[in-house]
Amino acid sequence: MFKKTVLASLAALAVSASGALAAGGGGHVHDYSFSFEGPFGTYDEHQLQRGLQVYTEVCAACHGLKYVPLRTLGDEGGPALPEDQVRAYAAQWEVFDPALDDYRPAAPTDHFPGSNLENAPDLSLMAKARAGFHGPLGSGLSQLVNGIGGAEYIASLLVGYTGEEKEQAGTLFYENEVFAGGWIAMGPPIEDGLVEYADGSPNDAESIAQDVSAFLMWAAEPKMMARKDAGLTAVLFLTVLTVLLYLTNKRLWAPVKKAAKED
Amino acid sequence: MSGIPHDHYEPSTKAEKWVESRLPIIGLLYTTLMIPTPKNLNWMWIWGIVLAFCLVLQIATGIVLVMHYVPSESAAFASVEHIMRNVNGGHMLRYLHANGASLFFVAVYLHIFRGLFYGSYKAPREITWIIGMLIYLCMMGTAFMGYVLPWGQMSFWGATVITGLFGAIPFIGEPIQTWLLGGPAVGGYTLNRFFSLHYLLPFVIAALVVVHIWAFHTTGNNNPSGVPVRTDSKDSVKKDTLPFWPYFVIKDVFALSFVLVIFFAIVGFMPNYLGHPDNYLEANPLVTPAHIVPEWYFLPFYAILRAFTADVWVVQIANFLSFGIIDAKFFGVLAMFGAIAVMALVPWLDTSSVRSGRYRPMFKWWFYLLCFDFMALMWLGAMPAEEPYSSLSLIASAYWFGYFLVILPLLGVIEKPEPQVATIEDDFKAHYGKAKSADAAATTPAE
Repeated sequence: MFKKTVLASLAALAVSASGALAAGGGGHVHDYSFSFEGPFGTYDEHQLQRGLQVYTEVCAACHGLKYVPLRTLGDEGGPALPEDQVRAYAAQWEVFDPALDDYRPAAPTDHFPGSNLENAPDLSLMAKARAGFHGPLGSGLSQLVNGIGGAEYIASLLVGYTGEEKEQAGTLFYENEVFAGGWIAMGPPIEDGLVEYADGSPNDAESIAQDVSAFLMWAAEPKMMARKDAGLTAVLFLTVLTVLLYLTNKRLWAPVKKAAKED
Repeated sequence: MSGIPHDHYEPSTKAEKWVESRLPIIGLLYTTLMIPTPKNLNWMWIWGIVLAFCLVLQIATGIVLVMHYVPSESAAFASVEHIMRNVNGGHMLRYLHANGASLFFVAVYLHIFRGLFYGSYKAPREITWIIGMLIYLCMMGTAFMGYVLPWGQMSFWGATVITGLFGAIPFIGEPIQTWLLGGPAVGGYTLNRFFSLHYLLPFVIAALVVVHIWAFHTTGNNNPSGVPVRTDSKDSVKKDTLPFWPYFVIKDVFALSFVLVIFFAIVGFMPNYLGHPDNYLEANPLVTPAHIVPEWYFLPFYAILRAFTADVWVVQIANFLSFGIIDAKFFGVLAMFGAIAVMALVPWLDTSSVRSGRYRPMFKWWFYLLCFDFMALMWLGAMPAEEPYSSLSLIASAYWFGYFLVILPLLGVIEKPEPQVATIEDDFKAHYGKAKSADAAATTPAE
């Protein structure tokens, strides 16, 4: 009975823990399928590269990625750009250098620039700051196979515009099914064919939205693949250790239990 | 050290004698490690080792995190991102530390409820229980301040709400709040002192843990039957107990390893599951999050805090009797700390002479209801402050106090306990003598 109580308690814990997760979500978040979902999911470096292109050509006009070092674009388990491309990519940004007291082209050791607009949030961690998934039954346990749904939230938001607009206190707001409150100050940023991919990948609005969301997930969690590797190694080794300890324990106690039985 | 008769350490070599005559440390370690431990401990007795592991894990990962963390208003959030992106293995260290706190609390709650069911708090273990409660309080303080350090939105607003509780104390509340925060509102100075205390408290906990172990090594462990170890002779001690090493060390380490499989699966595959997404946004005093929710391990007491609103009659009576000094806010604070206080006082609130809940037919059901109540409060703490959650919180809070203040004192009088097993040896034989495989030692917590 006590055992059942403990198990029931742990289940209830799972439910209440994720009550704490009920933030960020507005309307319906579409469950897009991403390559990095689940314990064995990995980033698709080509998709990250496409997402980088979308970010550079579209998002970066207003938004920033101030916590992301440019050199990490060359990291394994990320976009994995060759070193010369990282260098060339970095050089297209300007950063303020306090030592020169002037702007200079960015080097790979610099970070992406921050946001240009006051009300455009920095996107470095946005994919972790928004949780799209809370199921089943609000327990959030599906996150084990789906992730927290930040990338899904972003992709859904980017294509979630209804086309309605309203003006309020001199600012134009756009109706969005996904954004909390329903009205967002950001105009629809993506449309079919907005970006031309060099590899000829589909560039309809939904594909573009998913590519940039995948890139932002990487920006928020660049060590995800290393983390899953470490987690898997730990789980496998600890499972073996647990089995060995189980057998050790059984053998150690066997004479004691045998004596109890024979008496 | 132990009150149970057992073999003492005899230095045999010259070197051992040399050390032992100057500092009896080998003897101390020997006695601690070889302490006679009741044979019949079940799987709920493994949480102590898990807790010890958690303390070491938190201190070890914490010390390395501190090497890269910057406790300042402008740089704290960025330094955490620096740890996550640039420090070798930094992302694992931080996720281990953050989820380690959750494992710590899962284990401490199971440990506490184990004690509540098997009467581990009863004479002669009251001091062990009180020290344990002090450890629990220090853990809550440490965890709360640790959550402020990343300087995210929940860090900032959680700190604002919780320190605001102290402001509810009549007359002296505001000076206390200012003293805690180091200024008029949560700011960089708050972050600095929380960082200092977050580093200090774990070592206070470590010291208290030593006292906790000292205390229960003096009385001996409780056990699922609640019957004490026979101490009339070394021979009967041997029948009731086994030395901690190797029997319980191996058993506990096996259990720990099993728990760690789950822990590492969470750290590796869903490390942000137990955190709040809003904490990945930097603290902003100008933007209040829609729902300010504490970490899951505070939710039961947070629910009690919020349950007592101005329209509840107990609150109105208290308000009237105290000439308005006790308002709803202060009453909530009193209730929250009172909920922990009644738990600390349980050795004197439980009037039953029988230790183990196993032999208490009525107690059992009230206890299971308390477990359910605790989980219900945890769920309610995460819900918005509106109907039906407010009423449910009030009922659940009432039961929490009712259990400790009414039910436990009464049960000792009206309940007719079932006959207890005569000795621990008999209990062990009853368990292993009959069933061969059904109760194999490998199953999860078994009664």
